[in-house]
Amino acid sequence: MPKAPAGTLYRGREGMWSWVAHRITGVLVFFFLFAHVLDTALVRVSPSSYNEVIEVYKSPIVNLLEVGLVAAVLFHALNGIRIILIDFWESGPKYQKQMLYIEIVLFVVLLVPAAYRMLLHTAETLFGSAT
Amino acid sequence: MATTATPADRSAPELVAPRSPQRRTKPGAAKVRSNFELYAWVFMRISGLLLFFLVLGHLFIMNILDGGVQRVNFGFVAGRWASPFWRMWDLIMLLLAELHGTNGLRTVINDYAERAQTRFWLKMLLYTSAFLVVTLGTLVIFTFDPDL
Repeated sequence: MPKAPAGTLYRGREGMWSWVAHRITGVLVFFFLFAHVLDTALVRVSPSSYNEVIEVYKSPIVNLLEVGLVAAVLFHALNGIRIILIDFWESGPKYQKQMLYIEIVLFVVLLVPAAYRMLLHTAETLFGSAT
Repeated sequence: MATTATPADRSAPELVAPRSPQRRTKPGAAKVRSNFELYAWVFMRISGLLLFFLVLGHLFIMNILDGGVQRVNFGFVAGRWASPFWRMWDLIMLLLAELHGTNGLRTVINDYAERAQTRFWLKMLLYTSAFLVVTLGTLVIFTFDPDL
């Protein structure tokens, strides 16, 4: 692959792929928000219709999708901070790659315990309690 | 739309100095350059920073803190929205997230939809959905009735 010319932060490698991931996660979260406002609006219809739809969120497969949602939001949030630093911190563009690596570490460190907590109930329901 | 040609319109085009900024309006028309894209860019960064705390806090409370989503039901929502703090949190989060997301999708449409008609209708669809989400969400937060 030809080397990207110097100074093109958003062309090739870390700069570009983080931009691609930022777009994809952003669009995904936007579509979820649409559905989420509609499901929450059911509290204005009746407690039972709200509870019924919220039960869907507690089912194993949707629970797994929620971990995906949290992952998308977490990446988008951390990468957004990186973008702000690139734009406003004078050394931001210089350290954009290093910031992405720090971001990935933070992403994993935060997501793993979050996913564990989120999936614990589902795992216990499916496979029985560990204790 | 062509205006009636007068002799003045047929004069030679004005020669501008090299490297002078590109004029986006038709010569003669009132200059209406707006800074909308700049404000949108700034808004993305400010709202993004606020949403970092609002949304991650929301996800933490709803999905991770004691029992996570398993404890969420009508009663749980009623308990939270009894407090003006959480109502304001949710309202600000709703407005910022929807505007942030709408502007993000506007950028995506501008980038990938090439036909003028497609761009127009996709953006109309986007703005209609944004209006619906903001209106419905705001209404629900303000008119919530725990005794329903």
